[in-house]
Amino acid sequence: MIEFINVDVSFTNSGKEFSAVKNASLKIEKGEIFGIVGSSGAGKSTLLRTINLLQPVTNGDVLVNGESIIGFKGEKLRNLRRNTGMIFQHFNLADSKTVYQNIAFVLKAAGKSKVETDKRVKELLELVNLTDKADSYPSRLSGGQKQRVAIARALANNAEILLCDEATSALDLETTASILTLLKELNQRLGITIVIITHELDVVKSICSRVAVMNSGEIVETGGVYDIFTKSENEFTKQLISHTLKFDLPDEVLANIKGTVVKITYHGDNANNPILSYAANTCGVGFNILLGKIEYINKVPLGILYVNIFGEAESIKSALQYLASHTESTEVIYDENKSF
Amino acid sequence: MKINLFDALTRAFGETAVMVAISLGFAIVLGGILGLVLFATSNPLFIKNRAVNEAVGIIINVTRSIPFLILLVLLIPLSKLVVQTTIGPAAVVVPLSVASIAFFARLAEISFSEVNKGVLEAAVASGAKKLYIIVHILIPEALPQLIKNITVTAVSLIGYSAMAGTVGGGGVGDLAIRYGYQRYQTDVMLICVAFLIVLVQILQFAGDFAAKKLNRK
Repeated sequence: MIEFINVDVSFTNSGKEFSAVKNASLKIEKGEIFGIVGSSGAGKSTLLRTINLLQPVTNGDVLVNGESIIGFKGEKLRNLRRNTGMIFQHFNLADSKTVYQNIAFVLKAAGKSKVETDKRVKELLELVNLTDKADSYPSRLSGGQKQRVAIARALANNAEILLCDEATSALDLETTASILTLLKELNQRLGITIVIITHELDVVKSICSRVAVMNSGEIVETGGVYDIFTKSENEFTKQLISHTLKFDLPDEVLANIKGTVVKITYHGDNANNPILSYAANTCGVGFNILLGKIEYINKVPLGILYVNIFGEAESIKSALQYLASHTESTEVIYDENKSF
Repeated sequence: MKINLFDALTRAFGETAVMVAISLGFAIVLGGILGLVLFATSNPLFIKNRAVNEAVGIIINVTRSIPFLILLVLLIPLSKLVVQTTIGPAAVVVPLSVASIAFFARLAEISFSEVNKGVLEAAVASGAKKLYIIVHILIPEALPQLIKNITVTAVSLIGYSAMAGTVGGGGVGDLAIRYGYQRYQTDVMLICVAFLIVLVQILQFAGDFAAKKLNRK
């Protein structure tokens, strides 16, 4: 559906060349919700904007539905853009227009008649659940409502692709969740391909199927969201994930520790098994959970536990063996008897 | 004498109103278009064109750097060409228009560039034609600010029109100089000043009211 082939984007700023995207290659399939993550300044926005040519490409090629778009001009370019809706962090609604007029604008601009426009605007308002706000001005709406209007506007001309540029970054947690639910619904109902760029991994975790990680202009990794969260070997990705998941033991806790402390990571199926109580019963050890967290990524659990183990040295050893064979990884991070 | 003065006053008020109205009309239309050209040629979302932008910019700057009193004299040949006369309100409408077109062009450019870039980007991303975006998004979004700047232009035009009176342009300024200053008729001077104050107050009030009414932010 969308394919980037060795895309470079560079800007010349007062004589200096700055390269925002370097040699990016990526394939996004039809109907998927694809995330592009990275810290700010990583080039995500720039890469996203090459899909509707708001940003021209310096080198390489961008294909949409198998066709190279980078040379598109005039009516052909406008058609591409009508087929590619876009929503933004700050919603970007015209303040001088009502909700109805904001949506009607893109329909009339595409040459729709007054009757067609009226029918479609009403349909769209229903779709995003804002029928009662048709005559309100954007300044009277909440952030979530504004983003719903923006989504209706983006989809007005039956777009097949929806580009989301940090679309939930200006919203609170609850509103973010409701916008993400709406996006997922639209993806399922209309089969629309959604490309989301965000610095919030939580967004990716909750709705994306695949994700690309960008760092200083380069795509460092691409894969299924669960794999990226659990198996990534890339330093940058790991760092990004640990910031989001906050899976580290606070230093104050580490300072006062006694006995043996292990970090247990478990994925997928074995997250549902009572591993700890089984180990406690069979090996005769006691556990004290210092920190525990279970995340669900695409409904698959990912758990991390920091556990303090008490008991005889032999028992601890066998408990560790049992844990190691039944979890993704079991790592002793502190042992009173050994110094680290 | 008294009756003559009354006639002279009403005539002068009428002349000032006509001079200001005609010049303001040209300023809004032509200055607005120039402001739009300045904005559109500097913005990559529209038709970024450095050569056109700089050329228009220089013409406007040159016009604006000439003191109005000198522009009045400098444009006498142009007035003669356009309105076939070099004295009276019709003649000064030419330099008044030129000065206020250049003045308003810059203010219009500022009004356009204050429009939220994101809103324009969203319109471009929707696949709308550029001209359509200008008419249906850019101008309506800039309108409250444009109206404020039209008010500013109108007020300074009133000042210019009074100055034009000193070189035989007619209007309130002419009357104030000839009767109020040269004939020591302080009452005429005061009436002229009062008229100008009231006119400016009305314009400012109307402009603020309209801008506020249109602002949906």
